[in-house]
Amino acid sequence: MNHVLKTHKISKYFYDPEKFQVLKEIDLTVNKGEFLSLVGKSGCGKSTLMYILSTMDTSYEGELEIAGERLTDKSQNELAAFRNHHIGFVFQFHYLLPEFTALQNVMIPALKLGKYPHTEIEDRAYEKLAMLGVKDQALKPSNKLSGGQQQRVAIARALINDPDIIMGDEPTGNLDSHNTHIVFDIFKELTHTYKQTIIAVTHDESFAKNSDRIVEMSDGKIVNTQQNLKSK
Amino acid sequence: MTLAFDIAKTHLLSRPKQTIVAMLGVTFGIGMFIAMVSLMTGLNDMTENLAMTSSPDIRIYHDVTLERSSIAEDVNPSGLNVVHHTKPKNETQKVRNAFKIADIIRRNPLVRGVSAQLTSQVFYNYGPVQLNGQISGVDILEEDRLFDLKAKMKDGNIEDLNVNQDGILMGVGLAKKLNTKKGDRVVITTPQGFTMTLKIVGIFQMGIGAVDNVKSYANIATVQNILQRDKSYLTDINIKLHDFHLAREMAPTLQQTFGYKAEDWETANATMLLGVIIRNILTYSVSITLLIVAGFGIYNILNMTIMNKMKDIAILKAMGFSGKDVKHIFMIQSLVIGFLGSVAGLGIGFILSWLIAQAPFDGGDILSIEHLPVNFKLKYYLIGIVFGVTTTAIAGYMPSRKASRLDPIEILRG
Repeated sequence: MNHVLKTHKISKYFYDPEKFQVLKEIDLTVNKGEFLSLVGKSGCGKSTLMYILSTMDTSYEGELEIAGERLTDKSQNELAAFRNHHIGFVFQFHYLLPEFTALQNVMIPALKLGKYPHTEIEDRAYEKLAMLGVKDQALKPSNKLSGGQQQRVAIARALINDPDIIMGDEPTGNLDSHNTHIVFDIFKELTHTYKQTIIAVTHDESFAKNSDRIVEMSDGKIVNTQQNLKSK
Repeated sequence: MTLAFDIAKTHLLSRPKQTIVAMLGVTFGIGMFIAMVSLMTGLNDMTENLAMTSSPDIRIYHDVTLERSSIAEDVNPSGLNVVHHTKPKNETQKVRNAFKIADIIRRNPLVRGVSAQLTSQVFYNYGPVQLNGQISGVDILEEDRLFDLKAKMKDGNIEDLNVNQDGILMGVGLAKKLNTKKGDRVVITTPQGFTMTLKIVGIFQMGIGAVDNVKSYANIATVQNILQRDKSYLTDINIKLHDFHLAREMAPTLQQTFGYKAEDWETANATMLLGVIIRNILTYSVSITLLIVAGFGIYNILNMTIMNKMKDIAILKAMGFSGKDVKHIFMIQSLVIGFLGSVAGLGIGFILSWLIAQAPFDGGDILSIEHLPVNFKLKYYLIGIVFGVTTTAIAGYMPSRKASRLDPIEILRG
């Protein structure tokens, strides 16, 4: 099976207040179309690992490769351009830009990428919003939407550039069970129908249980990997 | 870049109050700068013009107070001679060959006009009134070429002087003090005690008290006659150049060539020109202070915006905006504030200058002006906008750089 993401012996230290190893030689391979949950207790290093995988944190030892490209030792600007093209983000809090409409929020990463003309980007943004069932909210200011709608717009934004991976940091952490269910179903559909790769850090056990693979971390190490066959 | 511009625009439009307050800071700064600089340079130009209308660009005369070597130097050239308290020698103020010198100077293409003349202190007597003043013997047509006398005649014509050998043209202030009119006769007394009765054929007004209150013009022969001097007695050669700024360079050459003191207008009006320098210092220091205050306003508002927008900046960075892109977004905001604020400031400055120009101003006896002099030169408006945009760019740069260096992880982790 072809992999999208691969790490080799990733270690990370915190130096404040004293030297402390957060991640200990993490080796992880994520396959295309896989829905992976990263679980563990608070402070086990799962979020830290996520931010290294997301290329935003560059102070680590070891090697990171996404979509066949080695990303270790690349400059901040190269990494920013890479994120724009290859990675989509969904956070616990939606983090939409409040002054812009839902549609504009979805369009911004594509405008930054500049691969398509403006009208085509708009069409694609509508398409993604429709896919997530919030097309009718497109022209509302993003701060006028409900929490669930905002999170769905955020997912549409993460999808706009057809990224290789979507990374979620507690993507359902701030939602009620109804909306959690909706978001989860969307993730599921994305992985199975569109072969989208998703890595999500989560505390939500039921969310994790229903994903393809659960990677459990403790004290900076991967302690358990569990394949969920029934989710297929 | 258009995306950065769109985001910047949305940021600005989403909080119009803050944007307008920031702009007003720049607007007032630039507006005051324009108003001040217009008035101050207006005053400066007026001062300079007055200096120019009343005095020649270069005046050549025999400076009797010039240091001269003592006779001891001739007798004992190799010795160490010390002479205390030398008494001024009784020297004539005559400039020898003045007409010839004038002719030579007139050939210089830089020169607009040369007038050889003689000037003397005199007393004017009219009835019981006796006033101290000055009389110049001139070729009136030559003098007209230098000072545009024709335009300054209040009464009578300058040509009348040529046909009236005992005529004089009198300054308006002097005529007023003596209570005389055109056609009246006044008695002139020289320091040597000679007297002569002359007829006023015209009244002129230069617009500056220092001239109008003391001066009269007469024919060269007439003044030579009052002073009981010969036909070649002349004391001054006045020169006007096409470009009066060259006077300072030309004067020393003339002094060397002809051996008489050549004084340029800047040296002659040094005290008047000191005011120009002081006004310039004042204008620029006040304007820079205003702009620094406006700059701090922009710095503050941008800093606040960036504080409020930390999350937005983090998400933009996560989505693939580089530090440079983020910096652009905020630099564009400060430049837009700076540019629009400056343009509005130019408008306000223009209106203020126009209002100042309408204000009546009584120059009294000293100056003949009715309104405050105001300059409307494009140059100052260009300086204003460059000034305003530069200040806002500097004020915006620091917060923008801070935004560009923001670490997204710290904010996204919460």
